Amino acid sequence: MAVGLVIVSHSARLAEGVAELAEQMAQGKVGIAVAGGSSDGRLGTSVEKITAALRQVDGPDGILVLLDLGSAVMATEMAVEAFRQDSLHPVLISPAPLVEGAVIAAVEASIGNSLQEVAEAAASAYTLPKSHTSNV
Amino acid sequence: MPITTEDTVRWINQVALVLHENREFLTQLDSPIGDADHGINMDRGFKAVLEKLPAVAAMDIGSILKTVGTTLVSTVGGASGPLYGTAFLRAGMATSGKHELYEADVVNLLEVALEGVKARGKAQPGEKTMVDALTPALAAAKEAEAKNLGLSELLRRASEGAEKGMKATIPMLATKGRASYLGERSIGHQDPGATSSWLILKTLADICG
Repeated sequence: MAVGLVIVSHSARLAEGVAELAEQMAQGKVGIAVAGGSSDGRLGTSVEKITAALRQVDGPDGILVLLDLGSAVMATEMAVEAFRQDSLHPVLISPAPLVEGAVIAAVEASIGNSLQEVAEAAASAYTLPKSHTSNV
Repeated sequence: MPITTEDTVRWINQVALVLHENREFLTQLDSPIGDADHGINMDRGFKAVLEKLPAVAAMDIGSILKTVGTTLVSTVGGASGPLYGTAFLRAGMATSGKHELYEADVVNLLEVALEGVKARGKAQPGEKTMVDALTPALAAAKEAEAKNLGLSELLRRASEGAEKGMKATIPMLATKGRASYLGERSIGHQDPGATSSWLILKTLADICG
């Protein structure tokens, strides 16, 4: 088993794409579930979709949620409250940027690191330079 | 005269109508500083509420408000789903089992709804959000209760408080939500969430006035 990942995005396609990138790093060793778009398939977030995604990758090692913008945080918090009714496994919501955070989390989870370690590594994505010539 | 179960049902029905009529207005407000979906989201959410309302219309006020909350959470894909959902859920818990609401009940309802919104959104007054409409509405309601002005006057003053708070969001710099990405450019626009909060409270005042 490994820490599970949930990718939350306002866009279903963005969530799928981020999961695809993360999956390439995890190589089947990590449960990755997506919750993208509103309940009726538009841009937005869905508490129900996020709750379902949490249940999909639920396990004793816990879950790290990576998300995109604004209301994704609130919707995820409500989903975690609903998830708590069935599972006491730990869930953390990552402040990491979505793409970098998901890729790093996938690597860390795939080598069997703990939820805390996966979460800290993902959060460190903030400080990774994307380019060394950013002030062009 | 207290607010009855029937008044509550009329209020929610009327809110659905008012939000539908203001769909374009709210979306226009949300267009320069947000993702231009507030009117659409609120209209969609309350349309779904109307479908659920008949099943709970004869129950206590708490059950009606909780149904509004859960429906908004599950149907509104933007920030207003969790925020208004939490507000109505908390209001529903505070009025559980009640079939009539008096002045103190309304003050309590507003208080728990506002606390719920602040906790959910981690928001404080002055950040250009619905909290800026609800905070003066609660203050006005508390003052009216202390002065024994009666329920309809209390609701009217709460609505006026919300309206003043809504207008006060215009010069504010947004630090929460999508508008915060705009920085200084958010100044000069009225907050759509504060506006819908005012519309909801004004509708209650109009019904019970």
